Amino acid sequence: MRRAGNKRNWGARKAALLPYLWLAVFFLAPFAIVFKISLSQTALAQPPYLPVIDLFSGWAGLKEFATQLSFDAYGLIGGDPLYLMSYLKSLEVASISTALLLALGYPIAYGMARAPRAYQPMLVMAVVLPFWTSFLIRVYAWINILQRDGLLNDVVLKLHIVDAPAAWLSSDTAIYIGVVYSYLPFMVLPLYATLEKIDESLLEAAADLGCPRWKTFWLIVLPLSLPGAVAGAMLCFIPIVGEFVIPDLLGGSQTLMIGQTLWTEFFSNRDWPVASAIAVALLALLLMPILLYERLQQRSLEGGR
Amino acid sequence: MQRGASPFNIVSVAFGLAFLYLPVAILVIYSFNASRLVTLWGGWSLVWYRELLNDDAVLQAAWVSLRVAALSATAATMLGILAAIALTRAGRFRGRLLFSGMVYAPLVMPEVITGLSLLLLFVALNIDRGFWTIVIAHTTLTMCFVTVIVQSRLINFDRSLEEAAMDLGCPPLRTFLTITLPLIAPAIAAGWMLAFSLSLDDLVIASFTTGPGATTLPIRIYSEVRLGVKPEINAVCTLMIAIVAAGTVISSLMTKRGIARRGRAALSAQV
Repeated sequence: MRRAGNKRNWGARKAALLPYLWLAVFFLAPFAIVFKISLSQTALAQPPYLPVIDLFSGWAGLKEFATQLSFDAYGLIGGDPLYLMSYLKSLEVASISTALLLALGYPIAYGMARAPRAYQPMLVMAVVLPFWTSFLIRVYAWINILQRDGLLNDVVLKLHIVDAPAAWLSSDTAIYIGVVYSYLPFMVLPLYATLEKIDESLLEAAADLGCPRWKTFWLIVLPLSLPGAVAGAMLCFIPIVGEFVIPDLLGGSQTLMIGQTLWTEFFSNRDWPVASAIAVALLALLLMPILLYERLQQRSLEGGR
Repeated sequence: MQRGASPFNIVSVAFGLAFLYLPVAILVIYSFNASRLVTLWGGWSLVWYRELLNDDAVLQAAWVSLRVAALSATAATMLGILAAIALTRAGRFRGRLLFSGMVYAPLVMPEVITGLSLLLLFVALNIDRGFWTIVIAHTTLTMCFVTVIVQSRLINFDRSLEEAAMDLGCPPLRTFLTITLPLIAPAIAAGWMLAFSLSLDDLVIASFTTGPGATTLPIRIYSEVRLGVKPEINAVCTLMIAIVAAGTVISSLMTKRGIARRGRAALSAQV
């Protein structure tokens, strides 16, 4: 029995080998390369940066490589207010949208958890389904609605709320609508998962002892749902900070979010070192939330090991 | 959780679902609009679908996207199953923390970072960018989603069947193939479907890792969308939604049948 268990463990360990290697090569190693290129200088060459490690000249090549490294890219993103502004803009959009998502997602998740048992799988399915349809399509759907001769202006004009068509598209409002719309399932599902698991007897006990409903909610339900709220917030906040598609299609051109800045540096300006430096700085900013998220994920999937 | 929904609960769920579905419904309806103008309803028509059939660029991009999605989803599913087994069954092993970190990080990592880093890897390795680099990139991203889905299934399942098989002398690999694999099949199917639709959907990572001649459908749609709304794009999007919806319904039916069968088995075991 014991031996069989060990053998099984060993087989499972061998299973780790292939995915481990894959992720090490295609996920971990690339970060090292991004870091290295962020310390390079822009050059009119192919690839468009200097220095390139010359492994054929051995130690001398490595030494030459080390002396040519520079912090120019970091100096540039630290010195130019454009980059700082777009960092702040990303943080602002991500914080406000996460707050909006919590405010909007909590009542939905709570309602789902209180629905009759038989309906619940269907409701979960209904919330998951949009997640399976393309992100790009869902953002595009809002262009249909928000553009100048779109449906929203049609409706508000007919209802005489405004007199002239308003510019909804290319504004921060449009970004918030798009972000909240796209990330809502990511907020609702973890919240629902924790709310649904709350022990009914706790609520019954509170009711038996004469606790009013709002107070039961405030003292029992809300604290117990906190892990779900934190998981949902991380699941939304981290990707929103680096979001590219939504601000690019729905937002204006006044202040770019950091994902857009990285994209422009890379594709339009072909400045790979600066794009890499932005990525490194972005990663440093998100490291704490990502580690927090991983802990939560580990606890929920691996039983708090 | 206490059952019994208050009017407020019902209204908030209804509002939430309306918010999630209305924009997509509007997009689908307007793909059948005969008029070119978005606000003007010109009656039902399939004209944009006909136009689509003559658009070689879009059809070609769709074909590239479908092949990338099928290949990367299959590779991601195989890697994801292995990773899930390692995470649930291997106990503690050296480098486990790094491993689970690498599995969970891509789930939330901003796409621009993943895309840029993969591209720089391909450049450093001197690999020509194109079809296969997108497949590798998508495999890396989606295998993590497959892992999480398969892992949660592996945690919540009865291991006594496996133990019984091994007690009766069945070798571990055979136990895995004949007992474990069929039991987690619904999760594997769901993981493959999710990987497929994530790949079909991805714009950012594909834009970074693509090369000449490999334009995926999202890249194509994105370049058209930047120029404004076109009814033809509504038609492409509607078709993509239809494909994904059909896949989701089929896989959920498969899962339901699996659950029903397992439920019956458990019941007869009790009797």
